[in-house]
Amino acid sequence: MSLDKETVKRIATLARLKLSDERMGPMQQDLNHILTFIDQLNEVETKDVTPMAGVNTPAMPFRKDVVNDGDIVEQVLANAPEVACNMFVVPKVVE
Amino acid sequence: MTTLAPKPVLKNDLIRLTLADAKEGLAKKSFSSVELTQAYLDAMAEHRHLNAYILETPELALTRAEESDKKLAQGSGGALEGLPIAIKDLFCSAGTQTTAGSHILKGFTPTYESTVSHNLKTAGAVSLGKTNLDEFAMGSANITSYYGNVINPWKRADGKDLTPGGSSGGSAAAVAAGLAIAATGTDTGGSIRQPAAFSGIVGIKPTYGRCSRWGIVAFASSLDQAGPMTRDVRDAALLLKVMAGHDPKDSTSAPREVPDFEKALTQGVKGLRVGIPKEYRLPGMPDDIVKLWEKGAKWLQEAGAEIIDISLPHTKYSLPVYYVLAPAEASSNLARYDGVRYGLRVPGGTLDELYENTRSDGFGDEVQRRILIGTYVLSAGYYDAYYLKAQRVRTLITQDFQKAFEKVDVILTPTTPSAAFALDEKPTDPVVMYLNDVLTVSANLAGLPGLSVPAGLSSEGLPLGLQLLGPAFDESVLFRVGKVIEDAAAFKSFLER
Repeated sequence: MSLDKETVKRIATLARLKLSDERMGPMQQDLNHILTFIDQLNEVETKDVTPMAGVNTPAMPFRKDVVNDGDIVEQVLANAPEVACNMFVVPKVVE
Repeated sequence: MTTLAPKPVLKNDLIRLTLADAKEGLAKKSFSSVELTQAYLDAMAEHRHLNAYILETPELALTRAEESDKKLAQGSGGALEGLPIAIKDLFCSAGTQTTAGSHILKGFTPTYESTVSHNLKTAGAVSLGKTNLDEFAMGSANITSYYGNVINPWKRADGKDLTPGGSSGGSAAAVAAGLAIAATGTDTGGSIRQPAAFSGIVGIKPTYGRCSRWGIVAFASSLDQAGPMTRDVRDAALLLKVMAGHDPKDSTSAPREVPDFEKALTQGVKGLRVGIPKEYRLPGMPDDIVKLWEKGAKWLQEAGAEIIDISLPHTKYSLPVYYVLAPAEASSNLARYDGVRYGLRVPGGTLDELYENTRSDGFGDEVQRRILIGTYVLSAGYYDAYYLKAQRVRTLITQDFQKAFEKVDVILTPTTPSAAFALDEKPTDPVVMYLNDVLTVSANLAGLPGLSVPAGLSSEGLPLGLQLLGPAFDESVLFRVGKVIEDAAAFKSFLER
């Protein structure tokens, strides 16, 4: 399967990445190389095979439903590029 | 004073000691942790051209070394008390900048410590600084770091700058060149083993779940594992013992006891069944690598092991599976870099523009490629054809190993399909670069432990590694066999030449 420019643009929007016109061509070519490489997987018969998301973790462990962390607003905000009133600042999102 | 105090150990000898020897030296008071640490800090300052460290922390290191000397004087202290090591800059370190080799984490200073580095600190290890790596650990040559390429201390006859491998290239170069006794690495598709092989050191990727992933900047969460990079097999056993262990903060960390890996070192290989997978003999594999592999099998046979030909039929699909699953997981993990909560922020008129500007400026080309591939294979309409398909083939790859380990105790392969290449010979096609991990990546998909031991030189005089793969949670068998290969190979490290 080969990706056209429109599809690459759409994926980039989904991933919140901006591709300039001069980067678009090489990126499209690279992605298509990678996808051609991945297409080898179509040679493998997998009809009755169960997909595998992870290894060595037969059961997800549970912990007690108790508060074990918190009151660390300063730590949470310590690395934020812009902070006001103990909150992260973003551009206006509602009119 | 009329007589000079005896000076048993010269400074340049200090940086040649193994972790185990330095530990003994500290215990015997042949030198102090401050002396040892200072020797490394001096070596680091002399070899900045290798670009092994993103951040050196000399003051912190000396303060820690002084504390260690006090503890050692009282006869107390942990298993690694006073031993100076390097930490890959993918492990969050409380109060110290952590970059993951990316511009997008500009100025990020974690308020917490990764479990693995916490374990090392608690055992008394002195951190010398944070080592360079491929951006977000994505790469096999340490050429995607925002902080520049790392240079391998080894040279060919033509004198060109060579890659130390990647992504843990800074850690590998530091250990090889005497800029740290040992270092931490992480391995998602070969990122500990491949640079270890390229730099003539030992590296082990433990079983998935052996080391906690908490506080390690995430790349592909179902594949990432931390492990030690060291001068010899014994040091790897020593360091892994401290790094490993169950951690409730990582739900995939295994609630299992960590064995005393050092015990395995003296057990030998008599009666062990060693598998040689025919699929790892790649078409066009260089002669020196094939010969070294055969030599490795012969060493083990002479030491009493039985060599058995085996088949891992889905081997050729490991890399294609990896390049679906790892980017898929990465695209999801890297969604958190939004310019709002930490790191770089490039302003934009709207929130979406702020996201796009920040991420396009902050991520390098290789990271963006992988995010795009990952986003595509997870997108509506392609999820089944790519993501689920890859997950199914991952099952087949894992089953290949399960069947193999019914017949053999351990598997022997080369670590890499070539020796280190020159930085100006790097392939322009990303897929060609990906082939570096062709022999290592299966262990990540199947969650198995893999050890690389330096075993010989290429026709160009560069180090080559042999890889051992074992059943899940049996790192001990790797140390057992690795020690026998190490003794037989009598490989001379960069520092011993």
